[in-house]
Amino acid sequence: MSYSVKMTVNGKEVTGEVEGRTLLVQFLREHLGLTGTHVGCDTSQCGACTIHMNGRAVKSCALLATHCEGQDILTIEGLADGDTLHPMQEAFREHHALQCGFCTPGMVMSAIGIVDDNPDPSHDEIRHALEGNICRCTGYHNIVLAIEAAAQEMNK
Amino acid sequence: MYDFSYSRASSSDEAISKHGASDDARYLAGGMTLIPVLKQRLDQPSDVVDLGDLEDLRGITEDSGAIVVKAMTTHHQVHSSELVKSRIPALADLAGTIGDPMVRNRGTIGGSLANNDPAASYPSAVLALNATINTDKRSIPADEFFTGMFDTALEEGELIVAVSFPIPEQAGYKHFPNPASRYPIVGSFVAKTSDGVRVAITGAGACAYRQTEFEEAWADGNLDPDKIKDIKISDEGLNSDIHASAEYRAHLINVMTRRAIG
Repeated sequence: MSYSVKMTVNGKEVTGEVEGRTLLVQFLREHLGLTGTHVGCDTSQCGACTIHMNGRAVKSCALLATHCEGQDILTIEGLADGDTLHPMQEAFREHHALQCGFCTPGMVMSAIGIVDDNPDPSHDEIRHALEGNICRCTGYHNIVLAIEAAAQEMNK
Repeated sequence: MYDFSYSRASSSDEAISKHGASDDARYLAGGMTLIPVLKQRLDQPSDVVDLGDLEDLRGITEDSGAIVVKAMTTHHQVHSSELVKSRIPALADLAGTIGDPMVRNRGTIGGSLANNDPAASYPSAVLALNATINTDKRSIPADEFFTGMFDTALEEGELIVAVSFPIPEQAGYKHFPNPASRYPIVGSFVAKTSDGVRVAITGAGACAYRQTEFEEAWADGNLDPDKIKDIKISDEGLNSDIHASAEYRAHLINVMTRRAIG
């Protein structure tokens, strides 16, 4: 069965035709071509598909596209302002907080959620709050450093 | 995932009527269990009724000595609620241990209780605090709600509206998480109320249950960990799987219960 959906993605209103079973991440990647949001495990464990819905970090592989009718979605593509990276993206670049890069979009979206909830997180708090994001290169150390640095920048 | 007919409800009444009109419908709350289950084709409903628009089922209030958590309230909202943190801090702590931050932003207390996963965290709090589960039809006492693995006293189409937790004099929760899934291998919730001490265990059996040996040992209300230290819990009937043997879970029940109030 086909359903029309309308939602705001990265500040722009978008529409599409989806099935009941279409996941938000499929809608983003396959309908809108926003392939920055990754599908890692497809079992809502790895966090590579993390996006923000109405300002909260959520896993887009565990959400139905139809459920997101009328909601405000932010993906990794919506963070930068032209050529100016979001402070979290800039901190990941500066601290080399990635190796293969597959988990990075989800890490960045989760990291912004972490700082939104806790503007001055300790290393321990960052590590704990990242439990829903898996980096199979195991490059967590620089990710933690990047989030700590970005938090200071975002608080300015 | 098999396809299904999707609809959303703008009121509880509409949700119940849509569920009733279908051959085989499921309510969709936060979807943190239902969506993965559908993806694995472990379930094939004809209809999914989305409860996401039911704002009247969200929120936390205090009402005559109890904290009332409405069914669509997320784990994050319970964890970060100043009201819950001040009245039942153990419940706020428990909500903060479920899944990960993204799961806690979506998962709901009503969804967790209706699903009754053997390793879900909330059922232990509901049982130990002697909470009441309010549905569209009736009020169900905690002791009658959890009836087996993924099984509850809810009738077909019955909708959880809110959970009412009496404010305890003292309470604590501790679990031993599976390092991968974060689900409790064993979790223990201890609560002391004017009615006495109740201890509920999750993760160890088919569903959460009360560990009466501990309740009897603490019957005088003095929650001294030494008083239960030597109580051996039988491993008979406990879960045994790749994560932990029944014997290990039996051991953890005692350790987690002592740590819950430590």
